[in-house]
Amino acid sequence: MISPHGGKLINRFLEEDERQKVLEEIDRLPSLTLDPDLISDVENIATGVYSPLVGFMNRSDLDSVLQNMRLADDLPWTMPIVLDVDRQTADRLKIGERVTLRSEDGQPVAVLNIEDKYTYDKEQFALRVYGTTDLKHPGVARLSAMKEFLLGGKLEVVNLIPTPFDRYRLTPRETRLLFREKGWKTVVGFQTRNTPHLGHEYVQKTALTFTDGLFINPVIGRKKRGDFKDEVILAAYEELIKHYYLKDRAVMAILKMEMRYAGPREAIHHAIIRKNFGCTHIIIGRDHAGVGNYYPPYAAQEIFEQFPDLGIVPLFFTSFFFCRQCQSVENEKTCPHDRSMHVEFSGTRIREMLVKGEVPPPELMRPEVARVILSFEQPFND
Amino acid sequence: MEKEFTSVSIPTSLYKKIEEKIKGTDISSVSSYVAKVLRESLAREQDNKEVFTPEEEEKIKERLKALGYID
Repeated sequence: MISPHGGKLINRFLEEDERQKVLEEIDRLPSLTLDPDLISDVENIATGVYSPLVGFMNRSDLDSVLQNMRLADDLPWTMPIVLDVDRQTADRLKIGERVTLRSEDGQPVAVLNIEDKYTYDKEQFALRVYGTTDLKHPGVARLSAMKEFLLGGKLEVVNLIPTPFDRYRLTPRETRLLFREKGWKTVVGFQTRNTPHLGHEYVQKTALTFTDGLFINPVIGRKKRGDFKDEVILAAYEELIKHYYLKDRAVMAILKMEMRYAGPREAIHHAIIRKNFGCTHIIIGRDHAGVGNYYPPYAAQEIFEQFPDLGIVPLFFTSFFFCRQCQSVENEKTCPHDRSMHVEFSGTRIREMLVKGEVPPPELMRPEVARVILSFEQPFND
Repeated sequence: MEKEFTSVSIPTSLYKKIEEKIKGTDISSVSSYVAKVLRESLAREQDNKEVFTPEEEEKIKERLKALGYID
């Protein structure tokens, strides 16, 4: 089984006796309300998805991540995991103090032990992480709305916030045991935020040819307008796995996390997360975690050269298409036929058909999957 | 504040060998090459010492069975 990132799978959930003690004091502590994206970060720190992080980043780690794409101890890490607060809150809280972190409905989720309190340069943050300061970039827009101070420190977690998809929610400890029970020594992770078409199935099965198991890991959480709803993605994949995959070779579980659309940096982040889940390999396609035209199409593959110590092996896929002559999904290395015979896997085109209530042709999408998607009255986020 | 880089001594012969090796490659310096190789080596040496207690293993298996992941 592959080691967790940093060598140890983090668990920040308190044991029951400690948990009860903290719950007794929790209402007496100052309180911060976190939005759902930050709650996801707390939960991912708690369960070891973000190993080796044990809390929100201090300034030394943030600076090192921004500058070097590594934590202060040199371990690869590319995405800041930070907690922002306004000036008034920063003035009120002291280093060494404990503060309760609550969800928007007031539920206590964790206690933060404040170790650091600091300001940061948003422009530098945007340029380093997203490669742009364009406010049309969703990650930059989110950053610009963040408050001006950051708090760093370790978390003691008391509760997980339930989701409607908890039936698919596994912690890294659970996936690692699952892979062991399945007898999988090598596991390839597939990150997705879309329903599956034949191109996705092609890359997954190609990767599965060289590994023991496939871990389909859809991202659940805040996404863009026009993205598929989470329940639609899960139902579509359930249908695909049921009809077209061997039960012993493919499993699915969700990753509850905000998509940052940071392209190359986020590709590394996704690889680290799947390593923590127990994957030995990860599929990285064209423009992984990208949005619009902010990143060169294969920058998210090229960045892996800078991390020979990442531990998880990336499997790079370039372009693929359905060839009407070959009558199969092919890529530029396997198909000798003219481009006029190629049918591109256009997410936009597939979406247009589905919006009109049309079943996409079978060379683009499995009919069972299309029927499931069309069974939803409104499959897309407004 | 801690310095970002520090010095390590290696035999001159080894330095020259590396210098020759990286000529014409994307690697900009002997230091970059050495850092890359050492990071790779350290990552390979990492053992997975993960162990499940019998109670934890039983609890996880029950959940996985209940969710249909294992029989």
